[in-house]
Amino acid sequence: MLPPRRVVITGIGVVAPRGIGVKNFWETLTSGRSATRNITAFDATGFRSRIAAECDFRPEENGLTEEQAQRMSRSSQFAHVAAREALEQSGLEVTDRVAARMGVALGSAVGSVRELDRAYRDISGDGASWELTPGKAGPYLADYNTPSSLVREIAWLTGAQGPAAMISAGCTSGLDSVGYACDILREGSADVVIAGATDAPITPITVACFDAIKATSANNADPGHASRPFDRDRDGFVLGEGAAVFVLETAEHAHARGAQVIAEVAAFAARCNAHHMTALRPDGREMSAAIDSALATARIAPEAIDYINAHGSGTKQNDRHETAAYKRSLGDAARTTPVSSIKSVIGHSLGAIGSIELAACALAIEHGVIPPTANLHTPDPDCDLDYVPLEAREQRVDVALSVGSGFGGFQSAAVLVKEGANR
Amino acid sequence: MNAEHRTAHGPAATGPRAVTDDELPVVTGVSVAAPNGLGTEDFWTATRKGVSGLGPITRFDASSYPVRVAGEIDGFEAREHIPSRLLPATDRATQLSLATTEWALHDADLDPAAFEEFAGSVVTANAVGGVEFIQRELQSLWSKGPRYVTAYMSYAWFYGVNTGQVSIRHQLKGPSGVVVTGQVGGIDALAQARRRLRSGQRFVVAGGADAPVCPYGLTAAMTAGNLSTGADPATAYAPFDGSARGHVPGEGSAMMIVEPLGAARERGARNIYGAITGYGSTFDPHPATGQPPTLARAARIALDDAGLAPQDIGAVFADGAAEAGADRAEAAAIVDLFGPGRVPVALPKTMTGRMYGAGAAADVVSALLAIRDGEIPPAVGTGGLAEELGLDLVLGGPRPAALDHVLVLARGDGGFNSAAVVSRVS
Repeated sequence: MLPPRRVVITGIGVVAPRGIGVKNFWETLTSGRSATRNITAFDATGFRSRIAAECDFRPEENGLTEEQAQRMSRSSQFAHVAAREALEQSGLEVTDRVAARMGVALGSAVGSVRELDRAYRDISGDGASWELTPGKAGPYLADYNTPSSLVREIAWLTGAQGPAAMISAGCTSGLDSVGYACDILREGSADVVIAGATDAPITPITVACFDAIKATSANNADPGHASRPFDRDRDGFVLGEGAAVFVLETAEHAHARGAQVIAEVAAFAARCNAHHMTALRPDGREMSAAIDSALATARIAPEAIDYINAHGSGTKQNDRHETAAYKRSLGDAARTTPVSSIKSVIGHSLGAIGSIELAACALAIEHGVIPPTANLHTPDPDCDLDYVPLEAREQRVDVALSVGSGFGGFQSAAVLVKEGANR
Repeated sequence: MNAEHRTAHGPAATGPRAVTDDELPVVTGVSVAAPNGLGTEDFWTATRKGVSGLGPITRFDASSYPVRVAGEIDGFEAREHIPSRLLPATDRATQLSLATTEWALHDADLDPAAFEEFAGSVVTANAVGGVEFIQRELQSLWSKGPRYVTAYMSYAWFYGVNTGQVSIRHQLKGPSGVVVTGQVGGIDALAQARRRLRSGQRFVVAGGADAPVCPYGLTAAMTAGNLSTGADPATAYAPFDGSARGHVPGEGSAMMIVEPLGAARERGARNIYGAITGYGSTFDPHPATGQPPTLARAARIALDDAGLAPQDIGAVFADGAAEAGADRAEAAAIVDLFGPGRVPVALPKTMTGRMYGAGAAADVVSALLAIRDGEIPPAVGTGGLAEELGLDLVLGGPRPAALDHVLVLARGDGGFNSAAVVSRVS
């Protein structure tokens, strides 16, 4: 047996609220100022939650042609722009030989739901009948109904001709897609994988369904302070949108071409809670099992974790569940390990957020700065860890853990390690 | 499987690998719900006899649609198969997933509760999520208002739902997932199941489901321009035929229980249908590049992975897009690998329509049953161009054949290609 292949990040691209491009993204995160606001994407009058973290994203300002802007859904456009930035940063030259061994693993929870929502109005006369009017469907509705079309766009953009998949496990999709990429790199099915996730869920049907279960914050009067993970006064998550995409390579491939390595993806692990599609048991047992498994794979002791990027959605149940999971997995080290939630700043972009948070971990390693949990003024007594409130913290980060939790019971964890760090 | 033996390009066939390895991923339970049969036995009986499940659309009034024929499952009453509290909270695809999972576990005689807490995983494929469910919720939203959208919408439509519900229903807490790769997803889900076995899972529920036959599903699919508008169910879906004019969509689900061979034998598993011995996956270049499609390369990777040469393969279950160009490309790939007319080609999906996420999973089940019964099922209502294209398409009735290894091919809209090799376990 050969030693297992190591997987490294050689390029990152991000589209996030007040953070299009990695540089803007990192400035926004470390500012500790929330990008949440009143919804402008549609008239949200009549909805319970009328706030979101939106991207001020115009396709023509981000290098998309008019034809591409027409063809691609908003989430597809985000992924395209993020993938292009990642590929540029990686310096990878996609020759025929590289293309044949290059895969795509893209995550998304809700694909092109925004376009499905819009198209429905046209083909149904605003819901006038169950039967529809196919003649009123635009030319790309099949793409919008099949999120695999987003993968096609990334393959076309990058030239990838290896294994390609959309990974869609709800709100852990962005971690799971990276995990999937690690699988195919380690087993030798590819040398390079364009991996990441995207979502653009700020549309009436999505906002309405989270209204129905009161999962989102209704703090409409003060949108800038509505996303407050781990705070006593939190009242739900704030919907976000965006994408993050990585160039992942085997270390061997990256070194052979002299690429600069940003960080190593040392482990990914997942579990299901098999409990309820939306509810969590308070003990954090399955999330903890995912963390334990990731740490064991990476051969990292709990004390060696320098930073945890939390799921930290800001729902009552999540933040307690997650705090319990950290205590369960890290023991005493949970008390001294900095934990933060960037959803406080950029909201919860469903399937995309796992990759965006992993990008934040990579940047924390690169810059030696931990992004803060914004709006955390009054700690919840049940959430009693070090959540890096309000202000970014300068601190060397060699090992970062990123954690996700999603509807369907999905629990995922990934470990990033600084290249060359002493483990 | 043997990553260390893999070469960057093309085949490196080294002869059949011994299929006696304890770690070999084997299928010990199967279940199919398809338009031509609900449950494995009905499905396989119909498939062997060439009985098609395609017919005029009855689930809604399709008289104003240019597409009139689909593969609908008759007689699936969800309330007979899943707990009533789940009925309002699930799309038809989820209901089919839950039913077929239960039947596959029963077929495998495997009780998840008998294993350690995290021993079992679920990997499912789907292409379009709970499209009928979202249509209903969209109708409420736009005809009545946001407060009429139900709580179920938050989890019943999204692509992760089937894995989540199966996980909950059977307390499967191991690493699980969802692949969304159109019609190839069933094979990708099995590949992911194999990876989970390699990383130590005791068993995996793997397969796919889709239920696209509803107004929104059909309206959306039609815009891709590759649905058949043929009005006669007997000829509407005609891959490898001069009359090919696109595919017929079908609804269905196929689930498998996958375990390591050694552990399956140790627990006295009553069925060992066969092993997943090879897998390959590629994506086609943009058509404008002028570079060729990559289905043949996916098949070579799968053969190489299985340690097999083309002459070891006893039958090919083809994709059958039923579009002239795509059919020619697939025939060329098969001829390129095997030579003209050198391998029997099966197309049971001519009897079910293309079931998207369920399609390739159902083909894998058919391939395993063909190995078990020594019989390749026929294709129906098509085949006029097969010979000219160099294909030995099995037509007119089942063909007896002693099969050790079968190659299953699948393609998905946009350029997805996946190939699997399934093998007899001696």
